[in-house]
Amino acid sequence: MRAFTYERASSVEAAANAASSNRQSKFIAGGTNLLDLMKLEIETPTHLIDVNGLGLDTIEPTAEGGLRIGALVRNTDLAAHETVRRDYGLLSRALVAGASGQLRNVATTAGNLLQRTRCPYFYDTNQPCNKRQPGSGCSAIGGFSRQHAVVGVSDACIATHPSDMAIAMRALDAVVETVKPDGSHHAIPIADFHRLPGETPHIETVLEQGELITAVVLPPPVGGRQIYRKVRDRASYAFAIVSVGAVIQLDGTGRVAVGGVAHKPWRVEGADAELSRGARSAASALFADARPTEQNRFKIDLVERTLGAVIAEARG
Amino acid sequence: MQFDKPATTNPIDQLKVVGQPIHRIDGELKTTGRAMYAYEWHDANLPYVYGYPVGAAIAKGRITAMDVSAAKRAPGVLAVVTTLDVGRREKGKFNTVNLFGGDEIQHYHQAIAVVVAETFEQARAAAGLVKVEYAEERGAFDLREAMAGAAKPDDSQEPDTAVGNFEAAFKAAAVTLEQSYETPDQSHAMMEPHASLAAWNGEELTVWTSSQMIDWWRSDLATTLGVDKEKIHLMSPFIGGGFGGKLFLRSDAVLAAFGAKAASRPVKVALPRPFIMNNTTHRPATIQRIRIGAGRDGRITAIAHESWSGDQPGGQLETAASQTRLLYAGADRMTAMRLATLHLPEGNAMRAPGEAPGLMALEIAMDEMAEKLGMDPIEFRIVNDTQVDPEKPERPFSHRDLVGCLKLGADRFGWSGRERPGARREGNWMIGMGVAAAFRNNLVLPSGARVRLDSQGVVTVETDMTDIGTGSYTIIAQTAAEMMGIGMNKVAVHLGDSRFPVSAGSGGQFGANSSTSGVYAACVKLREAVAAKLGFNSADVVFENGEVRSGNRSVPLAEAAGADGLVGEDKIEWGDLTKTHQQSTFGAHFVEVGVDIATGESRIRRMLAVCAAGRILNPITARSQVIGAMTMGAGGALSEELAVDTRRGFFVNHDLAGYEVAVHADIPHQDVIFMDETDPMSSPMKAKGVGELGLCGVSAAIANAIYNASGVRVRHYPITLDKLIGGLPQLADMSDAYRSRA
Amino acid sequence: MNHTTKVSFTVNGASRDLDLDNRTTLLDALREHLHLTGTKKGCDHGQCGACTVMVDGRRVNSCLTLAVMHEGDRIATIEGLGEPGNLHPMQAAFVKHDGFQCGYCTPGQICSSVAVLEEIRANIPSHVTGDLTTQTQITEAEIRERMSGNLCRCGAYSNIVDAIVEVAGTKA
Repeated sequence: MRAFTYERASSVEAAANAASSNRQSKFIAGGTNLLDLMKLEIETPTHLIDVNGLGLDTIEPTAEGGLRIGALVRNTDLAAHETVRRDYGLLSRALVAGASGQLRNVATTAGNLLQRTRCPYFYDTNQPCNKRQPGSGCSAIGGFSRQHAVVGVSDACIATHPSDMAIAMRALDAVVETVKPDGSHHAIPIADFHRLPGETPHIETVLEQGELITAVVLPPPVGGRQIYRKVRDRASYAFAIVSVGAVIQLDGTGRVAVGGVAHKPWRVEGADAELSRGARSAASALFADARPTEQNRFKIDLVERTLGAVIAEARG
Repeated sequence: MQFDKPATTNPIDQLKVVGQPIHRIDGELKTTGRAMYAYEWHDANLPYVYGYPVGAAIAKGRITAMDVSAAKRAPGVLAVVTTLDVGRREKGKFNTVNLFGGDEIQHYHQAIAVVVAETFEQARAAAGLVKVEYAEERGAFDLREAMAGAAKPDDSQEPDTAVGNFEAAFKAAAVTLEQSYETPDQSHAMMEPHASLAAWNGEELTVWTSSQMIDWWRSDLATTLGVDKEKIHLMSPFIGGGFGGKLFLRSDAVLAAFGAKAASRPVKVALPRPFIMNNTTHRPATIQRIRIGAGRDGRITAIAHESWSGDQPGGQLETAASQTRLLYAGADRMTAMRLATLHLPEGNAMRAPGEAPGLMALEIAMDEMAEKLGMDPIEFRIVNDTQVDPEKPERPFSHRDLVGCLKLGADRFGWSGRERPGARREGNWMIGMGVAAAFRNNLVLPSGARVRLDSQGVVTVETDMTDIGTGSYTIIAQTAAEMMGIGMNKVAVHLGDSRFPVSAGSGGQFGANSSTSGVYAACVKLREAVAAKLGFNSADVVFENGEVRSGNRSVPLAEAAGADGLVGEDKIEWGDLTKTHQQSTFGAHFVEVGVDIATGESRIRRMLAVCAAGRILNPITARSQVIGAMTMGAGGALSEELAVDTRRGFFVNHDLAGYEVAVHADIPHQDVIFMDETDPMSSPMKAKGVGELGLCGVSAAIANAIYNASGVRVRHYPITLDKLIGGLPQLADMSDAYRSRA
Repeated sequence: MNHTTKVSFTVNGASRDLDLDNRTTLLDALREHLHLTGTKKGCDHGQCGACTVMVDGRRVNSCLTLAVMHEGDRIATIEGLGEPGNLHPMQAAFVKHDGFQCGYCTPGQICSSVAVLEEIRANIPSHVTGDLTTQTQITEAEIRERMSGNLCRCGAYSNIVDAIVEVAGTKA
C-alpha cells in the first residue's frame, strides 16, 4: 500500500471539491474493497477522502412512493429495513446473499455498486490485465476463466461485476443520484451506470472524477414474487457463479436480471418480454450474443436452469 | 526405551486419566486470545522491525538484474536482502526447491527478496519498489501433457509392486471395471500464515516460528544459513494449523534470519496470504487409473492401481496407489506410480499424503464395481476384507476391524434406507447416501521427552513435540498424570522448543502415539528414579493419588522429589513390530447429500465416521481431529482446487476467496464413533493415529452419495455443479420439484 | 497534508490515543501498536474472519478498515470478553464443546458468535431466513449461515455450532 494523505470530509460539496482537485484521490466509505485493492497496489490513491461523516445514511420514502437509500447506508441496515423487506424483498435477499455478516456491517450502498471485479488475474499484479494496466492484455482469455463473463465481453476483458446487490437494483430499476464537483446533481438510471468493457475495461462506470454518489432511489414497489437465487460452489461466503434476480407477477410476466455473467448486472428487455414463455425463451434472449469460453460455457445452461427453478418457485 | 515386543499390562491401562474426555488444557488461553503465535512475540528486550517478502513474477528462468535502490531509499527501510545478495545456498534436507538464494527461479512466487523497515506499512510499500528483470524459460505445467514423459522414480519411493499375473487375471475376470480419476492440486490453507521472528545475538540465532517439526526446521535452517545447528534456538509453542504445510522449513524463517542479520535488529516476517499458495508447498494433483476384476460372487481376483503426479526435479511421488497394496484382497495385483517433471510450486505432504487422493479414486471405483456386481457396496467391501497384507500374506495386520466399522456405521446411519440412484427426492433436492472405507497406515517415529518432578509434587514435561491443534498438550499431560499417579492439575507441559528432547513432531498421524510413548518412556525413568531414591523395589511400586507406595510404605511425591527434584528422560525407539505386522488404522465414512435438481449444487446433509484406530487417548480431541478431517474432505470433494494456469505456470486462485475451503454453512452436524479397541503392537500406549484417518475416504463417500442422489458419476474432483448439470433431469421436469418445495 | 493522523478510540473500555501511519489497519493498530494480539491476521483481505472485532457493537473485519477511520469509536476485542479463570459464557462453551483446534481462528469465531446471537435477536435477516416479515429465529441453519464469514481450517464447525446453540439456549 502506497502512502497517502487522509482527510475527513465535512460536506458533500467539500468532498467532491477535494476529489476534483486531486485526480489521484479516492473517496473511502466502508473501504472493504478499496483497502483490499490498495494492499495489493491495484489501487494507489495518494489521498483518501473519508466520507463517512457526511450523514448520507438514511432511508426515506420518496414523494413518488419509492425509497431513497443514502449512499452510506450499510448493507446490513438496508437488508434489515422494514420497508425493504416488505416491498423490495429482492433487494434484501440479494444483500444477504453477499459477502459475510462482518463485511455487510461495513460495506455501503454506494461502495457495493462500485465494487471491482474479482478476476484473479486482475488481483495479481504480475499478470497482464487490461483493466488494471490498460494495453497489457487479458490473461483470463485463454486462461482460468470458469468464473468469467459469457456475455457483453470484449477482446480486452471478460471480467464480471461481483455485486449481488446491484443485480437486485438493476431488476428494480434503481436510479443512482450523484453530485459533481461543480455542485450539480445528477440522476443516473442503473442501466446506464455500469459500462461494458469494450476497449476500455478500466473505466467501469459513468462517474467522473470527483463525482460522489449520494443516494440510490428505488421506484415505487412493483409487487410480485421477488426471488434472488445465487448459485455457488460453497454454500455461503462466495461470489456467485451465476445469480438470478427476478420479480414475477401472478400472470407470469416480470423482469429478470442476472449476475456472474457480465461486466455489469445483465438485464435484457427482450428477456423480460419472454419471461412468461418460460426460462428457455428468456435465457435465449439474455444470451443471444453470448461469447463464452470453454471453461464457462456451462453458465448459459446454468442460468436457464436456475431461472426455470425461480419461475417454478414463483408459481408454486 | 526400545519398543520391540507387544505391550503387556502397564500403568496406562488404568485409564484413570488417559482415555478420559478431558478438555484441552490450553483451551482458556486459546479462547481468550492469550495463546501467543509466532508473529505475536513481543517484549521490551525485543526491538523487532518488519520484513516483507518479494516473490518471483515468473514461473521459471533466471533473474538477470535486480534494482533495489528505490526500495532502499523508501521511508523507514533498514535493509533489503535479495536472493542475489545471499547467493546459492545449500538446500535443506527436506526441501525440494530452494527457499531463497541464487539467480534461478524454480517456481512462481519463489522468494527473491526481503525488505526490512521500521514498520509493516513501510516494509510492504518498499517491497513494491523492488524491480526485477528476468530471462524467462519454458516450463512444464500441465500434468496431462507431462504424463507421457513421466518416469519411474528410484526404488526408495517404492513406485511399483506386483503379485501374480494381474493382466491375465483381469482378462479372465467375470466382471471388470476400468476407469480413470483425477484429483486436483490442493492447498493446506491453514489459518495462521507462515511466520517467523528471528533475533541474532552474535552468532546465536533465536527464532519464534510456526513449525510442525522443530528439529527438522532447526537442521534445515542451519544448513540454509550455513550456521552451526547448535547455535539456533527454535520455538513454536502454538501453531495456527499446519496440515503438512509447516512440516518443512519455509521461506519466512530464512527471510527473517537474513533480514535480521542485515538490519542488525530482530525481524519478523509473515507470508502474505496471496503469496502462500505459490510460495509454499501443496498436495500435487493426480491422474489415476484403476482396474478391478471380480467373480460374480463379488470376490476380487485382480486389482491394479496406477497413478501419475508431478513435481519439481528431485521431487517425490504423491503416493496415491499405496493404500491399494493393503486395503482389499485379491490374488493377482499390481500398483505403479510415475512422476512427471512439472515446474509448478513444490509438491509435498498434505494431510494423509497418498491415501487422501488415492482413496478419492479407489473408493469411487469400489462403488462402481459394487454396482456392476449388483452388490451393496458395504457387502462388496466386506467380502474382500483381508486380515493379512495381500502382497505379503505372511504379514498379518496387527489389528484390523474395517468390517466392524462398516457394519456399525451402516446400522447407525440407516444405510438400509438407501435407494437406487436418482430415486429419492425432497422438493428440489435429490437425496443420496454414500459410503467409503477409510484407511491410513500407522506410522511411528522415535520421540524423546524429559519429565521433572519438583518439591511441590508438580510434574513438568518438556519435549519439542508440537501442538498444531491436535491436542498434544492435553494428551501428553494425561499420559504423565496417568504414569505418575497425579491429577491433571499437577502436570505442566512445555512444548515446541529446541532446548527440549527431540520428539516425533506433528505429521503423518504419528504425533500422538509416538510423542505420548516418548513421555511414557521418560515417566518410566522418573518412576525408577523415585523408587531408587526411596529405596523401593521398583517391581511393586504403585504411583497413585500423588503418592508412591511400596508394600505398606507410602510417600507423597513432593516429599520424594525433595528440594532438588528428580528428572527422568528417555525416548521411545521402535523395533521391528511394524515390519512383522502391518499396522494400519481403519474406518468407514457415511454421507448423505442433497443435489439441487436445477443448479447441481451439492450440499451435505449428514456425516458419520466410524474409526478403528487403537486406544483413543482423549475422545474429545480425537473426535475433533476426525470431524476436522471430514470437513477438509468435504472441501476436497466439493470445492477445493488450485487452478493451474498452464501457460504462465502458477496457481491462479491463490487466496482464501479464490481457493474455497468449506465454510460453516457447508458442514452439517457430524457424528464420530470410535471402536473400543487397543493395539498392543503399536506402542506402550496401545494407540494409533487418527488425525489423518478422518480425511481418508470421506471425499469418495461424498462422491458416491452424489451419484446415488443424482445418477451422475463424476470422477474428476472437485465435484462442482458444472460437472453435474449436463446429466441432471431436463428443465421441463423441474417445475413439479419446486412446486412441492416445503 | 500528513501521512500520519492522530486518532482516539476506546478498546475494551480503555481510551487509546494513537498517532498512526494512515495506512495502518485497525487490525494492525490492535496487534502491532497496542499488542492486543488476540485478534488474528489470517488473510488481511477480508476472506477469513480471523480479525473479527466489534466496533460500536457490530462485528467487522478489522483488516479491512483503517484505524484512523475510527475516531471516537468503541472497539471490543477477544481480550475484553473474558480472561483465563473468568471466561465469557461463549468462551466457556467453546472450551466445553471443543469448538477449536489450533486456536488461530478462535477469537474471531467467538467474537462473531456473540454478535450473531445479537443480530438474530435484532431481527436482521440472513440468506437462510424464511419469511422476511416475521421475527428471525435462532436455528442451527441461521447460525451456520451467519458464521460462514469465519473460516476454520481445522474444521471445528460442528462443535462451534453446538457451543453457540448452548449459549443461545441458556440466554434465551
